[in-house]
Amino acid sequence: MANLHMVVCLKVVPKPEEIRVDKKTNRLERTDARSELNPPDMNAMEMALSIKERYGGKISILTMGPPYFEPLLRVGLAMGADHIYLLSDRDFGGADTLATTYTLAKGVEKIEGVDLIFCGEESSDGATGQVPPGLAEWLDFNQITMINNIELAPRKKTIRGRREIKAGHEILEVPLPAVVSVAVASNEPRFMDYRIKDWAFEEERMTVWSKDDLDVDAEYIGVSGSPTIVSDLAQAATRERKREFLTGTPEEIADKLKVILQDAL
Amino acid sequence: MVASLYGVKQAKKAIWIFLEQEGGKLEGVSLELLDKGRQMADNANWSLVGLLIGKDVSEIADEAFSYGADVVVLADDPLLDVFTVDAYTQVTYDAIMEHKPSVFLLGATPNGRDLAGRLAVRVRTGLNADCTNLNLDKKRGILVSEVTGFGGGIAALIEMQNHRPQMATVRPGVFPPGEPDKKRKGKVIKLPIKLEADTIKTKVVERVVGEGVDLTQVPALVVGGRGIEGDFGLMRELAGLIGGDVGATRPPVDDGYIERERQIGQTGVVCRPKVSINCGVSGAFHFVVGVQESDIVISINTDQEAPIFDFTDYCIVGDVFEIIPALTAALSSVKELAHG
Repeated sequence: MANLHMVVCLKVVPKPEEIRVDKKTNRLERTDARSELNPPDMNAMEMALSIKERYGGKISILTMGPPYFEPLLRVGLAMGADHIYLLSDRDFGGADTLATTYTLAKGVEKIEGVDLIFCGEESSDGATGQVPPGLAEWLDFNQITMINNIELAPRKKTIRGRREIKAGHEILEVPLPAVVSVAVASNEPRFMDYRIKDWAFEEERMTVWSKDDLDVDAEYIGVSGSPTIVSDLAQAATRERKREFLTGTPEEIADKLKVILQDAL
Repeated sequence: MVASLYGVKQAKKAIWIFLEQEGGKLEGVSLELLDKGRQMADNANWSLVGLLIGKDVSEIADEAFSYGADVVVLADDPLLDVFTVDAYTQVTYDAIMEHKPSVFLLGATPNGRDLAGRLAVRVRTGLNADCTNLNLDKKRGILVSEVTGFGGGIAALIEMQNHRPQMATVRPGVFPPGEPDKKRKGKVIKLPIKLEADTIKTKVVERVVGEGVDLTQVPALVVGGRGIEGDFGLMRELAGLIGGDVGATRPPVDDGYIERERQIGQTGVVCRPKVSINCGVSGAFHFVVGVQESDIVISINTDQEAPIFDFTDYCIVGDVFEIIPALTAALSSVKELAHG
C-alpha cells in the first residue's frame, strides 16, 4: 500500500513533576514546566514507522498546541515521519476531551485521505486514554485500542491488532480507516536519525493551521466546546501515617517486621 | 456552546451503571460502582439503574439487584455475545437516548474506556475519566468527580453544568465492594435491539481470557518498584508466606518484568489490604493512590529522603535484597514451629 497515509498524534506534555497550581485561578500552571513529547506517543510513532518500512506510505504528525512546540515535533520527522501538521490557535486552548477530539478530527479531515491513525495509549499529564475512541467517533473510523502488535492486510485494507486483556489476549480485526492506540512499552522507540536531521528541520516540512484554516464550528472548540469545568483544586487527601523508622541489622529489622505482620494479619 | 443531545431539563433523576460481565458474572468494578451509586442515589432520592448488555445474560440481573440496582435495562442479543465497541456503543446510545439518565458511570476497564470515549462524543457530553471519588450534589443534581494525579498530589474537582448524561469512569478498586442482599428485587426492562450484523465492523479473531488477578481484595500486598530491578522472585516468596500477592509500580510493568494487571495506582489498581510492603518504591503520588487505603504501610528504600516514607507507617532505610531475605527467613522459622 504505497499510498497508505498514516497519522501519528503527538502530544507535547509538561514534565509532570514541574506542574504547579495557581491558587487564585484554580488552573494548572503548566507554562513554567519544561515540555517533552508524551512518552507513550513514542510507542505509537515506532509502530507507524514499522508499518511504513514494510509497506511504504507516508506518516503525518498531527498535534494541537502553540508554535513553540515546533522543535520537539521535528524530532518526529528525524525519526522518519514525513510532515507535521500543527493545529495552533488561542481559541483551541482550554479544551477538554470533547473539544480536543473534535479539533483533531477536523485536522484529519483537512489533511485528507488518511487511512490509519496512531495514538499513544494515554498522556502522561492526563492519563485518561479517551482521545483515541473520541477521535474515531468524530471521524466515523473504526478503532482498536491498547494494542501491542499490528498486522496490515494491504489488499483487504484491514488491520488486526492484538491487545492484552484479563490474563489473556484478544485479536481484533477492523477495516480501514481506523484509529489505534498503542500500549505503553509495546516496542522500543528508535532514536532520531542524525543523517536526516537537517532535512527534518527544513521549514517546508511543517504546516500550521489556525481555526480559520479548518472547517470548525466555533462552538465546538476550546473552552466553549468543553462541557467539563474544574470547580475546585485541592491537595488530595492522604491518610496520616506513623512514619516510624525501624533500625538495626537486617535480622533485627526482620524480627520487628515479623511481629508487626503477625499482629496485622 | 456545544450542547448535548438532551439537556438538564429532559434528564431523569437516575444514576446509570454500565454492568460489565464476563462468563455470566459481573466484573468487580461494576459491583463497586453499584454500591457507590446506591449510596448516592439514596442520598439524593434518585433511582439506580444497571445497563446489562450481552447474550443470554438475563440471570445476571439478580446479582445487580442484590448489589443495589432498582432497575436493570437489559440488551440481550446474539450479536452482543462478545464486546465490540461498534455494537455496544450503538445499543448503549439507544438506551441512553430513550431513558435519558442524568448520570452514567462506567468502570475504567479496556472495554469501559472504549465505550465511554465513543459514547461521550456521540451524545456530545463531557467525560471525567479515572475518577478517584464521586459525589452527587443533591441540591443541584450535579455529579462532582475528583481526579488526582497531576503530580504533587493535586486533586481536581470536575463537574459539568449543562451537559447530560454526566459521564465518568472509575478504576477497579477505587470504591470498596458492597455487601449483596439476596432478598433485594428489582425490575427488568428489555431494550428493543435494532442491530444488524453488517453494521458491526469489528471482528473478534481470537479471544483467550484467563481467571485474571484481582489484587483489589488481597489481604497482604508486596509491591516491587524500580529499585528491585525486575527481581520479583523474593517478592513472590514473601507474599506466599503471608498469604498475599505481588503488585508493582509502573516502571517494572513498562519494562515487561510483570503483568500489567498487577500495576498499582491511579492508572492501575487501587488496593485495600491489611498490610502493604513497598520494596524499592520511590513514592510517586499516582502510585501512592493505590496503597493509601492499606491499614498498615511498610516501605523499604535505600534513600532516606524517598517520598514514599511520607505515606508509610514503618519505614526501613535499607537494601531490599538484605531485608526481605531476612524477613522470609524469620517468617519461615515461625511456620516450621507452628507445624511442629
